[in-house]
This record gives sequence, structure tokens and C-alpha cells, in this order.
Amino acid sequence: MAEAKEITYLDAIREGLTEEMARDPNVFCLGEDIGAYGGAFKVTEGLQARFGENRVIDTPISEIAIVGAAAGAAHMGLRPVCEMQFIDFISCAYDMLTNYVATARYRAFLPTPMVVRGPSGGYVRGGPFHSQNPEAAFLHTPGLKIVYPATASDAKGLIKSAIRDEDCVLFFEHKYLYRRIKEQMPDGDHLVPIGKARIAREGSDLSIITYAATVWKALEAAELLQRDHGISVEVIDLRSLLPMDDEAIVATVKKTNRALIVHEDTRTGGIAGEITARINELAFEWLDAPVLRVTAADVPLPYSPPLEDYVLPQTADIVLAARRLAEY
Amino acid sequence: MATRARGGRAAAAPVVQGLDPDVPGSAAALLSREQKLELYYWMRLTRSLEERLVNLYRQTKVVGGLFRSLGQEADAVGSAFALDKAKGDILSPLIRNMGAMLVRGAEPTEIVRQYMAKGDSPTRGRELNIHFGGPERGFIGQISHLGDMVPVMAGVTLSFRLRGEDRVGLVYIGDGATSTGAFHEGINFAAVQRCPLVVIIENNGYAYSTPTWKQTAAKQFVDKAAGYGVPGERADGNDVIATYDVTKRAVERARRGGGVTLIELMTYRRKGHAEHDNQSYVPDGEIARWEKENDPIDRYVRQLRSELSASDEELASIDARVRAEIDAATDVAEQSPMPEPTDALVGVYAEPKRVEPLWFRSGVKSAVEKHERPAGWGTFDG
Repeated sequence: MAEAKEITYLDAIREGLTEEMARDPNVFCLGEDIGAYGGAFKVTEGLQARFGENRVIDTPISEIAIVGAAAGAAHMGLRPVCEMQFIDFISCAYDMLTNYVATARYRAFLPTPMVVRGPSGGYVRGGPFHSQNPEAAFLHTPGLKIVYPATASDAKGLIKSAIRDEDCVLFFEHKYLYRRIKEQMPDGDHLVPIGKARIAREGSDLSIITYAATVWKALEAAELLQRDHGISVEVIDLRSLLPMDDEAIVATVKKTNRALIVHEDTRTGGIAGEITARINELAFEWLDAPVLRVTAADVPLPYSPPLEDYVLPQTADIVLAARRLAEY
Repeated sequence: MATRARGGRAAAAPVVQGLDPDVPGSAAALLSREQKLELYYWMRLTRSLEERLVNLYRQTKVVGGLFRSLGQEADAVGSAFALDKAKGDILSPLIRNMGAMLVRGAEPTEIVRQYMAKGDSPTRGRELNIHFGGPERGFIGQISHLGDMVPVMAGVTLSFRLRGEDRVGLVYIGDGATSTGAFHEGINFAAVQRCPLVVIIENNGYAYSTPTWKQTAAKQFVDKAAGYGVPGERADGNDVIATYDVTKRAVERARRGGGVTLIELMTYRRKGHAEHDNQSYVPDGEIARWEKENDPIDRYVRQLRSELSASDEELASIDARVRAEIDAATDVAEQSPMPEPTDALVGVYAEPKRVEPLWFRSGVKSAVEKHERPAGWGTFDG
């Protein structure tokens, strides 16, 4: 048997999309420049040639219409996958997602199985409008699901699960990871369940709970903490943010008794606050130290490298915070 | 007069014999006497049911606000009547399109239960007034964010085109909501995608208290059709036959692959935005003039008498049928139970079917109290 080759995070998303489109004729993609051009990052490259213009639809620059039309098509039994050219533009469809899509099943018993996906995140000098992590803006909207994979195999397994889900899933893709990480895909119909975290590294002294690109920074930090300070760090990659895997969070806190939450999004109102509250409610007595957060500063993300690097969480920040936590 | 839609697929053989989408009157000419009397029934049912709801509102049995379509019954009924039930056409109504929902099969009992927030109402008490429906019923309920149903119906009708079905969609939008981004994005998307969608702008003069001249600098809303590259037509929305005719022709145009048509129906909102609204912003005499000179039901009754020789007895028997149906609906709805409070937790997602009750409502200990504690917790071993 030929050795399976490693593919990038971006290729893994495309592979997942392709498999689902081949499996289910109801799956179709819509978005800006996704057809012949293949999308701004080429996630959908080749899909229109293979599946035709009716299944890979180039749309006007209209995020409200992309999401709204997807909802209408989903009511009729289709399985739309919307691309936001950059996830920053999902805010244009905020009303449609939060008021229409998220409430449809509850208020009108209307199934709305659809995916909204798009390149997210910083560390790429994209400036304020091509670097955002708007996941927290949707976390408190009952009716939506949110996933944000950190690895290529999770990207594939989660896009496939998202497409098969009966509700609307927001699928955040980290553009810093698109071509920087590679992995061999598991065999067969690889599905990653929505709502399940992953232990990215086992450890015993403290836990770093994180997701997306900062999983890799946390892993780097864990390596340094072990090597330079003898601190054993467990890294939890949440993968799904809504629903959130409380069991995995509680399990790691019970194991290490110290929790550091890391995310790339800004601090105030960020998801770290929600995770902290859950630890407080579910595992307070198991803590040997207060929960700490490493996040971006509360500013729009600036463009210039010294500014962006200063605002976003870096490996050194995680090392410093973890040492504080270990010493508490 | 409609302008021919650009390019696109060749028109199939006429779906309805004798109907030419570009010839005004050609659809109405095909209506039977029985159908014309049915139009009267739907308009009368709409008005009388709303009058009953006003009584229930004054008795405080209607929990939320009450929205009237007084004076607009013809535009809702005539347009909805142009859709084909057998083919599976779907519309999405506005708050003043109860008549359209009735035509499509909504039951008076459902509407009264819904207004009274009953547990067996179509939304089990989750939503208000006439916000309910589903594709299988031929109407999809609106949400309060005006304009949003245009993109949604663009998607519904996109599914018709993608699957090669000969179904058509109809979406209503008020004069006010033409100012939203959702309207613009939705109709533009539908036009580009050649979705079989009819977009009706109900111009009733006011959006809450704002008159149309503060809503747009366009001379007429139908002028916007040119900007989207779609045929546009304007008709008297208080003439049920004219409304039917213009909508039916647009529906057939869509069914033949002609894409979107924008229709402006001229009507007038004789009541306030909702029952609480005292209409202080309306110039003196305006409402009375529309009531006296341009009531859609009065006009249609005159037409039925002169053109169909409809008799007093014929019309009275329809009125009696309407009264009996509304009485029965009210009796049933008044007996309906209010919802079980815990039903509020059901149905946000397909899975899990039910969200966890909050601990202070669950009758059990809080999460903080109920979980196990580490060995030695609470002891001092220093």
C-alpha cells in the first residue's frame, strides 16, 4: 500500500468538503470568489470544476444574503456551506445568524443545518479587519454551535461533522495554520465529534486550556517549561467552543489543580471568562491557585509587526504566566 | 408594463393556458365565479378575525401587541391566491399579511391560540402573533427584523432552481423595510441567481409613524426594480382582482424561468402600527377618506354585485360562515392550556433536545454543592 501523504490544514478542510459534497448531493458551497477562483485562500479550489456551478456558487458581496439564503435553502433540506472571505465579515451577517438562524428551530421548528466557515485569526500582519477572532460574539447565542480546530485532522473531521450536523455550525479556520502545519489524515470516513476536547499534551503540574493557533504556542511553552523549569504541563485543545466540553475541563483541573486559559481573542468578554466561571462552578475546591488568563490586549488588532506581536499572546507570555501559576 | 427579463433560459410552454405574464388582465380573466367569491370569503375572514382579536385584546386575553391589516386585506389575499398549493409554492408573510396566511391554510384557531400565548399554539408559546409556519405548510413565519425574509426566501427559491422544481416563492416587504440592507442584498442575490421569487412591496404609506417620503427619495418603490435588473410592476393593492392579476403573472413568469419580479402594491394602513398606536402623526381626514372611498372589501362587494350579480343572500351566507368559524376558533382557543414552563428548555438544538435547567430552578443542589470534593478538603494540616 502506498504511504499516505501528509496534507496541510487547508488541504484537510478542502478534503473534508470534497468528501461531503461527493457523499451528499444536498451539500453545496456559496460565497465570494469561491468558484473558478477557488476562494481568497484557495480552500474551495477545484470544487467548482468537479461539482459544477450549481454546487459552488459565486455570490455578490452580500454576507446577509449569503447566510440568509443558506438558511432558506437549509429549511428546504439542502446543506449549505457558506464561506466568509475573512471571518471578520461575519459581523455583517450577525443579525441573520443570531436572530434568524439561531432561533429558527426553537421558535418555528425549522431545521437549519448549515455551516458558516472562514479564515480567522492573527499572527499574519492582517491588521484590524483581516485578523479577527469573533467567536465570543456568538458564544452567548443559544442555537449556534462553534468549532475552531487546531490540527489538520481535526479540521477535516470537524468540517465533516459540521456539515452533517442538524444545526448551524460556525467553523473557524485559523489562517496562520493553513499552510504551516501538515498531518497524515486518519483512514476512512474521519469524523471528529462536535463538543469534545482533545488532550494535546499530558502533564501533571498545571493545565493550559486553549484552542486554535494558541494550542501550538501552548505546546511550545509546555516544552520550554518542562525543559527549563521542570514543570509538567497538560494542554487541552477545546476544538469545540459551543457546546464546550465541561468534562474535559473539569478532568484536567482535578488532575493538575491549576488552570491557565489562553486565547488569541481579546480579554474582556472573551471565552476565557466563561471557562473560568465554569471551573469556579464545577471544580472550585480542586483549585490550588486562581485561574489565570493569557489573551490579547483589549485593542483592535494593529498591523505593524511590533504592534501585533505586542498585542497577541506569545509563547514567552504563556511561559511567564504558567510559572506564576506553578509558583502560587 | 413589465419589461422583459434579460437573457436566461428559454421560456417553457405556457404553464397556464391563456396567461401571458406581460399582458395585464390575462390572469384575472381566468378566475372563475367561484374563485371570485372565495376571494371575498378570505378578505371577510381576515377582517372579522382581526375584529375578534381586538375584542380579545381589550379583554386582556391577547398577551402581546395586536397588529391590524384593516384596509389592506385585498393585497394580502389577492397576492397569496396567486400561488399554487398543488405545486408547493411558498410565501413569507409580514405582520399585515394574516390574510395571505389564511389563504395558504393557516387556521383561525391557530392564530387565536398564538395571540393568546397558548401551549398548543403553532409555536407552543414561543413566538407572538402570526409569526409561525413552515415550508410544508406553504408559508414560512417571519421574524421581527424586517427585511430578513428576503434573503431567506431567496434561499428557499434557490433550492427550487437548484433542484429543477417548478415551485415559486413570494415574499412581502413593507415600504419601510425597503430601506434595510437585507432587502437590498436579498433581492440582488435572488436576481443574480435567477431565483423564482416574487417580491411584493406593500406600500401602505407608513412604517410605524414614518411616512414613505422620509423613507426614500425614489418617486415610487417600483423604480427600484430597474436597479436590480428585474421586471417591476405597480398595482392598486386595494383592488383584489388587480392584486391577484399582477401577482399571478409574476408567479408564472418565475415558474417559466423568468426569475425575480418586483411588485409595488399601493394600499393604506388605516390602523396604527399596532393597537396601542394613536396615529397622532396622520393628517386629519386621511384615514376617513380611505375608509369612505377606498375600502377594499366595500369596493369588491360592489364589483361582485355588478359583475357577478352576487346576491345579498350569497354574500350573507359567506359572512355567516365566517362568523361561525371565528366563534368556533375562539371557543377552542380559550379552552387551550397555557404552556408548561419547562417546555421553555426544549428544542434549541436537534441534540441535545433539552438544555439543562438552571440549578436554582432544578430543585437540586447547585453545581458547586453537588460535586465531589478532593480528599482532605476543608481540613487544615499545616
